[in-house]
Amino acid sequence: MNVRLYILQRATAAIMVPLVVAHILVIFYATRRGLSAAEILGRTRGSVGWGAFYALFVLAAATHGAIGVRVVASEWTGLRGHRLDILMWGVGMLLATLGLRAVIAVVL
Amino acid sequence: MDRRSPLHTGGHRRNALWIAAMVHRISGLALACFLPLHFLALGLAIRGEAQLDGFLKWSANPYVKLAETGLIFLLAVHMLGGLRVLAIENLPWREGQRRLAVVAGGAAIVVAALFLLSVVI
Repeated sequence: MNVRLYILQRATAAIMVPLVVAHILVIFYATRRGLSAAEILGRTRGSVGWGAFYALFVLAAATHGAIGVRVVASEWTGLRGHRLDILMWGVGMLLATLGLRAVIAVVL
Repeated sequence: MDRRSPLHTGGHRRNALWIAAMVHRISGLALACFLPLHFLALGLAIRGEAQLDGFLKWSANPYVKLAETGLIFLLAVHMLGGLRVLAIENLPWREGQRRLAVVAGGAAIVVAALFLLSVVI
């Protein structure tokens, strides 16, 4: 892992600490009330704040997850060099695309 | 006397810090595998509230709640393990790293147990 990936990995980890804490609190709050589409969408639809929160969360998680998978693959498999980069970009793009689609689905 | 290093005897695998590093990697991989499914489920809202509601009704069964408890544990243990890594790398070295790793694991179990209680009660 080069220095740029290392810094990105640590920076996205630090960004996500408060986001994960908030996400867990929201999960506790929402599940106690009984999950329903009306409850979830009532909170998120049209909300710039929740939209920004989840978009940042998705982008940080996609970046962090993609670099993390690259690190584990380099340690546990025979993948090297260009193939590791293809794996990292594939995982990152998949997570970012599906994640931002989900944000659009619950916010717009 | 056995002069072989712990790496040769496999003894390192009983070390709390080795286990903590392994838990961090496995929980991260598991979360990376789960996230696309989570996003696809939330994306059902694109096709209307009823689609998402149908999925949420299915997810109310006890087996899914148990799986969700596992996911809460993975999320909490990965975050707390990550905080430990950030502290090791950015703060002055301090004694008691093993204790910190055990506390992180214990705290994640408590968070998951509280979630399970909150959906059961």
